[in-house]
Amino acid sequence: MRVLAALSGGVDSAVAAARAVDAGHDVVGVHMALSRTRDQFRTGSRGCCSIEDAGDARRAADVLGIPYYVWDLSEKFEDTVVADFVAEYQAGRTPNPCVRCNEHIKFATLLDKAVALGFDAVATGHYARAVVLPDGTRELHRAVDSAKDQSYVLAVMGPDRLARSLFPLGDVASKEETRREAAARGLSVSAKPDSYDICFVADGDTQGFLRSRLGSQPGDIVDESGTVLGEHDGAYAYTVGQRRGLSIGHPAADGKPRYVLSVEPVSNRVVVGSAADLAVDVVQADRAVWFASVTGDFDCSLQVRAHGAAVPARASVLPDGSVSVFVDGALRGVAPGQSAVLYDGTRVLGQATVTATSRAAVGAAR
Amino acid sequence: MLPEATRVLTEQLARTGNPSSLHASGRAARRVVEESRESLAASLGARPSEVVWTGGGTEADNLAVKGLFWGRRTHDLRRRRILVSAVEHHAVLDPAFWMAEHAGAELVLLPVDADGVLVVDALHEELAAHADEAALISVMWANNEVGALQPLADVVALAHQFGVPVHADAVQAVGQVPVDFGASGLDAMTLTGHKVGGPGGAGALLARRGLELTPVLHGGGQERGVRSGTLDAALVASFSTAVVAAVAGQASFASRVGALRDTLVDGVLGSVPGATLRGPRSERLPANAHFTFAGCEGDSLLYLLDSAGVEASTGSACQAGVPRPSHVLLAMGVDELDARGALRFSLGHSSVASDVDALLEVLPAIVDRARAAGMATVS
Repeated sequence: MRVLAALSGGVDSAVAAARAVDAGHDVVGVHMALSRTRDQFRTGSRGCCSIEDAGDARRAADVLGIPYYVWDLSEKFEDTVVADFVAEYQAGRTPNPCVRCNEHIKFATLLDKAVALGFDAVATGHYARAVVLPDGTRELHRAVDSAKDQSYVLAVMGPDRLARSLFPLGDVASKEETRREAAARGLSVSAKPDSYDICFVADGDTQGFLRSRLGSQPGDIVDESGTVLGEHDGAYAYTVGQRRGLSIGHPAADGKPRYVLSVEPVSNRVVVGSAADLAVDVVQADRAVWFASVTGDFDCSLQVRAHGAAVPARASVLPDGSVSVFVDGALRGVAPGQSAVLYDGTRVLGQATVTATSRAAVGAAR
Repeated sequence: MLPEATRVLTEQLARTGNPSSLHASGRAARRVVEESRESLAASLGARPSEVVWTGGGTEADNLAVKGLFWGRRTHDLRRRRILVSAVEHHAVLDPAFWMAEHAGAELVLLPVDADGVLVVDALHEELAAHADEAALISVMWANNEVGALQPLADVVALAHQFGVPVHADAVQAVGQVPVDFGASGLDAMTLTGHKVGGPGGAGALLARRGLELTPVLHGGGQERGVRSGTLDAALVASFSTAVVAAVAGQASFASRVGALRDTLVDGVLGSVPGATLRGPRSERLPANAHFTFAGCEGDSLLYLLDSAGVEASTGSACQAGVPRPSHVLLAMGVDELDARGALRFSLGHSSVASDVDALLEVLPAIVDRARAAGMATVS
């Protein structure tokens, strides 16, 4: 197959490309330039796609003996991923830009361009498994290394995109194995630190980034009864479950910490309450993407965070296509805008975007 | 590299001796340097004392822009304006921008027409209004992207009328069109080895005696104090050999390669819908062809051509290999979307008819496919 290997300049994508070459594919390496204002050097582990990263990707391609190109997707990235990120926070929701990048850029713009230019598939360094069944259907599964599993952020791609994707690192036992393999192959990125946090907020200061885009929007911090407890400088800076950064002059009556329960963009209010108030057991989500044909009610497990365990749940697909998920026990800090992924064991059943949460078990012990 | 240039380089590499040293080995190396200087000067209509060896074209351009600016300012602080054409190579543009940001210069970009040719009237207006403040003018002999030959005779005549020195980056022109420094009236001129089949890392600034050039590199005082740094006799000899050969072969090169280029242009325009030739049809470098392909992205075209074994350029300066719309095309008034689908085809002394045939065979399908891939990066 003719495979486009997306090379970020990191060790995972380099080893993934190497494995694709070993598998006998005709591989071409492409580095996506996603930032309009690229730094020369990567400063520490934050951020990505600096010119240094492009250079590391080029060296990896040299070692693997594959052609290498840099494609500038920065305009598309800004107009979809970054713009969506800012708009979601402004609307009082909590976005996951990595999910949107996979949805709009990596397995959309990049994949579409690759297919149009004659490629059969895109290979990435994501930790996940694309399992092909005897009848040809493809399933998306968690990676063997559950600590590194990234099926959660990939689930948004849907089965058609999955059909054109390769994840050569899916069966790796651990990150250390990847690094050892990189070193053994002579890839200089074997010791490069992993990047984390949001790639377009290189200094890690998300609130500062949002403030620079949205400006100061002062409003009230209130409790569930509407009593004003303090002030904020922009509701966009708060997310459900957040505890830090709440400037409330006095402690709660029960002496316990307060958490953000919800963000109300219209009234520009941030609603806070106790940890117990955060607990929800019903998650509603829409814009569902399915890998399995599901109808009505079914058992599954639900994951609502990139690095969080999935909890047992029962999902219900409603006539309008949205999903209601009832969990056993309780979840905390589930914010509208987040990605909800449903699993059947290691298999991804589907992905949807959280619209609302609630407590069905009223009167349960607090 | 030309075989004779490689031969001379290899022979001379065996020599020891610093051309600045006074002992026998040094003098022998110095002789090689001076003979190279004389040969190169003769082939370009210059005097040996007008040749300043540099480490390439970029260094020569920097020396010209910065050296002339600072040289003029020692006598008259009013002379702040640096006049450059809007289509100069980055090796001229960037020093000029830098001088404007850091050295108190004022940058004046001279406009070009839709073919990439300097609008002489605009220069006239500028000089008529601000001649007393003009430090220097830099207009290239021929543009590297679209091949446009610039009206240097007019520029020089105007400039000297107003007492302003003129520098020309002739990097692309040497070996392709007749270049005579003395006859041109230019005050300074850049050339480089790797564009004439010579070694990389070797270039020269031709500069009239008496032209005040503040050095960029200070040190041991070589090249009459204008450009310090130990000379590499082997590199200089190889460079000079290449220049002499290129100039000697210029007429037949222009005729032979120009005909191939014309076949290429006719072939592309005849077989590829949406292809537009950029730059003048006739007053252009004989080895240069440049097109934009509507609805295509440069990186798609580049990838597809590369895969088909055809090496072309998207023609724009870039870091980390990301194509950007060329400042040359934008200065010519080409729409930014159209400018993204640009390809420059450069022929050379080894180009033959089958190369052109091979390109014409694969290009239509490649453009179709690139067009289908569309403008993925445009929102």
